[in-house]
Amino acid sequence: MDKDIITLTVHGKDFLGKVQGRKGQTVLEVLRDNHIHVPTLCYHPKMPPYGGCRLCIVEIENMRGLPPSCTTPAVDGMVVHTHTDRVFQVRKSVLELLLAYGDHNCLLCEQTGNCELQDLVYEHGIEKIRFKSDYKSKPLDDSNSMIVRDPNKCVLCGRCVRACLEVQVNGVIDVALRGSDSCISTFNGMSLKDSNCVFCGECVSVCPTGALTFKQARFKGRPWELKKVQTTCTYCGVGCQMELNIKDNEIVKVTSSHEIRGPNVGNLCIKGRFGYDWVKHPDRLKTPLIREEGIFREASWEEALSLIAQRFENIRVKSGPDSIAFFTSARCTNEENYIMSKFARAVIGTNNIDHCARL
Amino acid sequence: MHTETISPLPAKGRQLLVCRGTGCESQKANLIFGALKDEIFKAGLADDYKVKFTGCHGLCQMGPTVIVQPPGTFYCNVAPEDVAEIVKVDLVEGGKVDRLLFIDPQSKERVLTYHEMAYFNPQRRIVLRNCGFINPEDIDDYIEVGGYEGIRRALSLTPLEVIEEVKSSGLRGRGGGGFPTGTKWEFCNKSPGDQKYLICNADEGDPGAFMDRAVLEGDPHSVLEGMMIAGYAIGATKAYIYCRAEYPLAHERSLIAIDQATQRGYLGKGIFGSDFDFEIKVKLGAGAFVCGEETALMASIEGKRGMPMPRPPFPAVKGLFGKPTNINNVETFANIPVILTKGGDWFARVGTEKSKGTKVFALAGKINYSGLVEIPMGTSLRQIVDEIGGGIPNKRKFKAAQTGGPSGGCIPAEHFDIPMDYENLTQVGSIMGSGGLIVTDETTCMVDMAKFFLSFTQKESCGKCVQCRLGTKNMLETLTAISEGKATMEDLDLLLELAQDVKAGSLCGLGQTAPNPVLSTIRYFRDEYEAHILRKECPARVCRSLIKFQVNEAACTMCGSCFKACPVGAITWQKKQPAHIDKEKCIKCRSCILACKFHAID
Amino acid sequence: MTNSIEELEKADVILVAGSNTTGMHPVIASTIKRAVRSGKTKVVVVDPRKIELVNHAELWLRPKPGTDVAWLNGLMHVIINEDLHAKGYIAERTEGFEDLKQAVSTYSPERVEEISGIPKADLIEAARLYAKAPAASIIYAMGITQHINGTDGVKSVANLAMLCGNVGIEGGGVNPLRGQNNVQGACDMGGLPNVFSGYQPVTSKEVREKMGRAWGVESLPEKPGLTIVEIVDGAVKGDIKAMYIMGENPVVSDPDSHHVRRGLNSLDFLVVQDIFLNRTARLADVVLPACCFAEKDGTFTNTERRVQLVRKAVEPPGDARPDWEILCDLARHMGYPMSYPNASAIFDEIASLTPSYAGMDYARLADGGLQWPCPSKDHPGTKYLHKDGFARGKGLFHGIEWISPAEGTDEKYPFLLTTGRVLYQYHTGTMSRRSVALNERYPECLVEINEEDAERLGIKSGDKIRVSSRRGRIEATASVGDSVDLGTIFIPFHFAEVPVNELTIAALDPIAKIPEFKVCAVRVEMVGEE
Repeated sequence: MDKDIITLTVHGKDFLGKVQGRKGQTVLEVLRDNHIHVPTLCYHPKMPPYGGCRLCIVEIENMRGLPPSCTTPAVDGMVVHTHTDRVFQVRKSVLELLLAYGDHNCLLCEQTGNCELQDLVYEHGIEKIRFKSDYKSKPLDDSNSMIVRDPNKCVLCGRCVRACLEVQVNGVIDVALRGSDSCISTFNGMSLKDSNCVFCGECVSVCPTGALTFKQARFKGRPWELKKVQTTCTYCGVGCQMELNIKDNEIVKVTSSHEIRGPNVGNLCIKGRFGYDWVKHPDRLKTPLIREEGIFREASWEEALSLIAQRFENIRVKSGPDSIAFFTSARCTNEENYIMSKFARAVIGTNNIDHCARL
Repeated sequence: MHTETISPLPAKGRQLLVCRGTGCESQKANLIFGALKDEIFKAGLADDYKVKFTGCHGLCQMGPTVIVQPPGTFYCNVAPEDVAEIVKVDLVEGGKVDRLLFIDPQSKERVLTYHEMAYFNPQRRIVLRNCGFINPEDIDDYIEVGGYEGIRRALSLTPLEVIEEVKSSGLRGRGGGGFPTGTKWEFCNKSPGDQKYLICNADEGDPGAFMDRAVLEGDPHSVLEGMMIAGYAIGATKAYIYCRAEYPLAHERSLIAIDQATQRGYLGKGIFGSDFDFEIKVKLGAGAFVCGEETALMASIEGKRGMPMPRPPFPAVKGLFGKPTNINNVETFANIPVILTKGGDWFARVGTEKSKGTKVFALAGKINYSGLVEIPMGTSLRQIVDEIGGGIPNKRKFKAAQTGGPSGGCIPAEHFDIPMDYENLTQVGSIMGSGGLIVTDETTCMVDMAKFFLSFTQKESCGKCVQCRLGTKNMLETLTAISEGKATMEDLDLLLELAQDVKAGSLCGLGQTAPNPVLSTIRYFRDEYEAHILRKECPARVCRSLIKFQVNEAACTMCGSCFKACPVGAITWQKKQPAHIDKEKCIKCRSCILACKFHAID
Repeated sequence: MTNSIEELEKADVILVAGSNTTGMHPVIASTIKRAVRSGKTKVVVVDPRKIELVNHAELWLRPKPGTDVAWLNGLMHVIINEDLHAKGYIAERTEGFEDLKQAVSTYSPERVEEISGIPKADLIEAARLYAKAPAASIIYAMGITQHINGTDGVKSVANLAMLCGNVGIEGGGVNPLRGQNNVQGACDMGGLPNVFSGYQPVTSKEVREKMGRAWGVESLPEKPGLTIVEIVDGAVKGDIKAMYIMGENPVVSDPDSHHVRRGLNSLDFLVVQDIFLNRTARLADVVLPACCFAEKDGTFTNTERRVQLVRKAVEPPGDARPDWEILCDLARHMGYPMSYPNASAIFDEIASLTPSYAGMDYARLADGGLQWPCPSKDHPGTKYLHKDGFARGKGLFHGIEWISPAEGTDEKYPFLLTTGRVLYQYHTGTMSRRSVALNERYPECLVEINEEDAERLGIKSGDKIRVSSRRGRIEATASVGDSVDLGTIFIPFHFAEVPVNELTIAALDPIAKIPEFKVCAVRVEMVGEE
């Protein structure tokens, strides 16, 4: 028997029995691996656990208090209760406090339908907020064209901080101030635009609420209206896997996820994340163009291709196939490069084909 | 005072001791020190008297102080102008400067020496053994009273033998947790690691507590020596003193002490001729209360935001820079050299069954003499308040004592005779904490006091856990509403419920204990809360929104005290006439209420 | 890359040379920084510019541009001198070690310091760090290759890796980072003058016959064709009469733009197929509108040899068509039957003719792609190369001498110009300069100049300055700082209105024909001065 295997007894919401995990896992990881639900907000599988939201608290026999499952190491023989009345009550009070000290009006929020806080509030059957508060609205950081930061929707889960520091290792943001004034801040409270942020968008991608949103995507489509198409980024040679979020034949935003297999494990950079608007740019070429007396005119495909075929044929016959040359492209697909190689070699009969690999 | 521990008395010659702790220094103790030297010289006594500055004696309220030693004449509230008179009358003429002598609060008699003072006499000084008697900036002064004998003995033992000695003393961590120190060392000793760290927690954050500051200012070498012994015991070669930036003098004296010890070869490579290397650095903290918490403290030393981390892993396994680390506070370390020189058994004879040794309390609030007192564990609260502290001013009644600062709770009058040790304090719903002891009387409103502590913890919450960040905020808002008469009994119920959730749902001690002042005041003084809520009345007349600032003519004795106390002339009064308050002029400063002995102002 | 991106987190030491990874390959840079953060990995940066990775590095060596072979030889000199080389590995898996030993013997740290400016002690420390690491990876990019001795630089990198037994192990390797999304694929697919797909040489009769059979033609040309720069030269000379340019913008991207423009203008007939009417397309006789990546299916092969799917997400604008469809249609117009139902069918043909892609098809690529070589349907792909040996049998050391760059500074042109890219723009800017977000971050071409040089010349950040070389001159805005060393300036080539390649020299590496973009001599002055 594998000595790294541990067994836990779980009294869950819809589960009672023993589950197995590995030594070194946290209680939450064992529960998740066994598809036992525990609510979380600050936990994200991409990042080290934080233990701040206190929603994943559980009761563990022979342990005092309500340990958070995300930071508690799983030990063989543990008996874990995930949904006792006490646990449920504390979770509810956490959620009500978050609602009381923020501006969580789902009708006015971009993230409606894609908000973990919204889901959790629903899961806990919260209909009214018992806590009165003197919460005052804070100003947005709307200074750049990519990311909108709305501190009123921030639950201070610290995911963005860890995404910036632990995943992208840029460390642009951290928690600032103390007590109920605590907030996520850049150095010296600068706007994101003036900070040393490189706009990879990692923070937005892990934000569980509408505190961080993609500006270009705002009001362009509800989550359930978007069709996600997984593809490969067209910029550098890393080949990041990303999802184009499409509505009405338009790219609304670009997302990725650690659950998608690829060299980037869900990370992107500014170009892949935000540099897609040129796809719809009015300058895009839409018809073939033929130069006549120095000026381009629009032409049909038939006309353009016939002209090229005829000119190439003439030149080949007159000056030989090696008088024709091809630049293929490091930006086109393999299939297209292959076809151009085939075209140059089999149709024209020349090896004069190269591309900008060296540039 | 029991001074059997180590004689602080100089071996020879006579001394003039000038306290230059932070309190006295802020009242021109430096000028007093300079003037004394001048006057002694002028009087031709420079060869007969050594003028020496020291750290804090503890009785800060009566500072600046000058002690003529022997016989221990204790001059209080000395001003630079008094120095010439002290030299002339006491040193030259052999008399006493009566007006500067301490007056016993009970007998009203002048007391000649500190040996006879009720403030000092019941104390048992181990931690503060040298404070007020040696020059903290002179390593030889420390050595002269037996300093650095503890580490010499430790180095003749094995690390595990040192740990056994400390375990046998029964010493428990003085920072608040009360965890057995020897056991803590043993964990770190047994934790595998190529590099281990030792940290001295000098981030004393409880409002009102300043014993750690006093020790670092008055006897820094005892802390260094304690750290050396601990370092040797656990196998740490590098150590930090994490000192808050608000303690510039403690910081400076620590640096001087480290420098002197290094020059002597007491710190550095192969200390005291052994093969044990030990170095100490001082790291300044930026005044975050939460950085007193071990994991937040280590984060701060590493240059990160001071935010607590979950335990396990415990610091003994994975601490500073990921290495095994042991953390004790200043007061704990100051005990260690004595345990090594006098033995664990000797130490264990002081105190109660489970709480050994002494505890330093910072006595404050409604008390005649505030300052530091060190008493054997098990001393009753009554003795501390009535005897050492000289009772409560204006013959008011003891209401409760708040111990443990913002993490603690209150001890009401019904437990006035409680022997002060870890177990008893926990039993009545409070804690030892780091030793803050705030005395309250009938003019203290318990709602207001809970509000004070909660506003402190709310401001100091690191913001990580939702309950601590926002739960304490909501509790504070409810307390404010209660103090303004705007709350309902349902609010009180919700406050209690939330208090339990905050305790249960917070990661570190700050959040887990932040509701304690609220819970304990509700436990013992629920009637006061109800008075605010149901009768819109503050019985102690502290919560301004609920004070009418009008004279109750039935209770008024027409004495005129309020009239005399009012700073803005809002009160009119004539003999044999009840006073009257003009509400237009009144600024609600409460001077009249404090002046009135008959509770005649509503 | 011989190894995979994920393996960077398993390396004990990563030597980053001539790669501004955070700017060009940000996602790989994050992987490197995470590795450093975990405490396992140490990074040594060798770069004339103070790149962002320097902040995460254990050690930064700052060579003068164009001295790569010298400092690489210097590292090997120290390693051999201190007996830190992998003797067992060298004996078992390599040949030519004596040649190498001989060649590097004269590159003492003192001499290398003289050539490169790298302090002797730093060079020695870097050599020890690299050589003592159980697994050490070398990351490099155009900073090594874009020199007249770029091939020498690459061979020297390989020498170093083999010397310490770092080729063929997990977490090690020689890892060039490819700048463009499918530069690896374009090479793999035979987009080169001397090879068919999978690097099958056109000179091989056997290969030509195989390809001829598959493509239905009797013969295929056996003489290797011309490279980019040679094609342009041929056009200028009149040997090349017609060109077909697909998705390239040589007027902006290639060295010595004047020369390129003259070549293209000399053609009888130029076809450009692109998504925008870029500077090159404006010279064309016929322009054909193509689909961009979001509008078509296909595959890209990334820098770690991973073939991944590209999927159509939106419809193309107007009449734009996928490049392959256009080419097939044109072939039919020329009487050659070429048609495929979809991109997947083309890929199947590729797989059938390309041994390293033989085991791949779209279904297998759908989840995570596959790294070549993947010779059969049951092959899982190859995470790192040369595990059990080198393609040629034994790894061959090459003794290489350093040669100085083609153009040195002189009184008239006292600065070294080095060109490259910035994080916020891409290549010739055709796409990225039409993105609102990217232009907000980096709207105009900035010339990076050292603060001391700037002060001497009276230049402040934001000033308009003129940069001239023997071939041309441009004007741009100065950015003063410490990112470049004294005597060096850096200009990105993304900006068509600041065509830095009017300054660069078309000096080529004799083997790889790569232009020396990283060094040429220029003069810097304030606009208004002469």
